[in-house]
Amino acid sequence: MTSEAFSEAEADRVFHALSDSTRRDILARAIQREHSVSALARHYEISLTAVQKHVTVLERAALISKQRSGREQLVAANPDTLRRANTLLKAFEQLWIDRANRIAEILAEEGEAR
Amino acid sequence: MTVISSSTNADELTLELVAEFDAPPERVWSVWEDPRKLERWWGPPGYPATFTRHDFEVGGQSRYYMTGPEGEKHFGWWRIDALEDPRRIEFANGLAGNDGEPVPGLPPAGGVVELENRTNGGTRMLVRTEFVNVEQMERMLEMGMQEGMRMALGQIDALLGEPVAA
Repeated sequence: MTSEAFSEAEADRVFHALSDSTRRDILARAIQREHSVSALARHYEISLTAVQKHVTVLERAALISKQRSGREQLVAANPDTLRRANTLLKAFEQLWIDRANRIAEILAEEGEAR
Repeated sequence: MTVISSSTNADELTLELVAEFDAPPERVWSVWEDPRKLERWWGPPGYPATFTRHDFEVGGQSRYYMTGPEGEKHFGWWRIDALEDPRRIEFANGLAGNDGEPVPGLPPAGGVVELENRTNGGTRMLVRTEFVNVEQMERMLEMGMQEGMRMALGQIDALLGEPVAA
């Protein structure tokens, strides 16, 4: 049995990482096999630095991990984070975090009105 | 800070959220009981909820829809299984068809809400959601998520096909 707690900030990082089409494409390639950052960069019309930034965003969200191999950084998908049920649960978690915040707003407005 | 903790359990398909509010349990209860308050927080941004029925009593049923950005309607329902005013709510929440009635053969998710007094006069709210299977979660999620999130999840889903064994 696994039980993982996610902070609001962690859930935000996952959804922010998935909100960009280039990052989703990088993730798709990393799921198929490991790639060096420079090999990934050849698929896009953006600078190597920009690709490295996208990789960092995915890494912070724990969707991928980087490993050094000689002079290269190899990028691989993180199967644990990508487990489908977990991803869906996180989406629901975010939904409930947002709901709780909206409830707090309603209660605060009522408090001011009285 | 409103949300104190939240956790997910991928094996049991459960989700637990604990939030604290600066209002007594009676007032937190009213955001669940009063359909006009409920529809102000149930739907995600861009998908406002409208409750056309909300029989807030044991065995009572609710019918609602959420209206998406293109004007499309997503229908859902509740059934209240237990009430302990102002402490505890148990309810089932499922998808409904375009006629607004529950989809046969599609099990609802289970929800439990617990409200506790805090010493400062506020309320601690625990919400526990329990899903039956991954397909149910996907279909419920499709119903009312923000567009970007839904697209992102669709993409991940297509990439993965089946869940990867841990």
